[in-house]
Amino acid sequence: MCLRAFRGTLLVKDTRPVNLDIGTMKLPITAYASILHRISGVFLFIAIGLMIYALDSSLSSQADFDSLAGMLGSPVAKLVLWAVLAGLIYHSVAGVKHLVMDMGYGETYEGGVLGSRITFAVSAILIALAGVWVW
Amino acid sequence: MVKSVTNFGRNGLSDFLIQRITSVVLLAYFAFVAYIVLNGVTYPEWRELFSATWMRIFSVAALLSLIFHGWIGMWGVLSDYVTERLMGPKGNVLRFLLQLLFGAALFIYLIWGLQIVWG
Ligand code: HEM
Repeated sequence: MCLRAFRGTLLVKDTRPVNLDIGTMKLPITAYASILHRISGVFLFIAIGLMIYALDSSLSSQADFDSLAGMLGSPVAKLVLWAVLAGLIYHSVAGVKHLVMDMGYGETYEGGVLGSRITFAVSAILIALAGVWVW
Repeated sequence: MVKSVTNFGRNGLSDFLIQRITSVVLLAYFAFVAYIVLNGVTYPEWRELFSATWMRIFSVAALLSLIFHGWIGMWGVLSDYVTERLMGPKGNVLRFLLQLLFGAALFIYLIWGLQIVWG
């Protein structure tokens, strides 16, 4: 109790920053590659529900298969499909970068920067191609 | 060493390895399905593919990989942001509840997926 009160007084008066405020810093490309991998992973966790739903309809009956194909004709559905594919593509390409680095390749700062550039370039091309396929 | 009861495997190293292995299975599965879809497929062909035993095994491997990968992945995210350091003791309770919630979602994905490929 006493200790807690003591810590409380410390907390109020202590205005030293606990962490670097990364919002105020210019970050290297590797940081963006990393956080996007995380965001795409969390996004996929939700999107996988849609994918399973699509798989379910596609296998239920010819009619459901056709209605799924018909539904994918709508602009909104196309946009959603493209977003899901983009998330999957980025997460996969960046995931492969992880695997390559885990095997010991490019584990330097320069290697990380190059790997991130390749990841962004390859993902951009694949996401653009996925867009062409969807529309 | 940091110990956590909500880890997936026995320790962080085992989680790390499982995360890698499951990612390769998922990648192979998505690449294969993309290849089929890109080549164009009719309902009967699609149906036949998914009723083949090897494809059922492949699908279940992907589903199991998904739930392990998703558990470990979300654990990593939660244990970075929903923590005691950032939100006080209630961070621990919230993190545990969220892990349970995501675990429940994964369980639903698993049963639903099994029903689709084997039902
Ligand atoms: C739809 C299925 C998938 C979901 C829901 C998913 C989700 C996630 C999540 C939430 C994370 C944690 C991210 C972080 O801590 O920053 C993660 C990590 C990871 N994912 Fe996926 N993922 C999926 C598919 C894939 C695929 C196809 C690959 C292909 C290589 C992959 C490779 C990885 C790797 C290597 C990590 C570990 C990253 C690290 O240790 O920092 N994932 N995933």
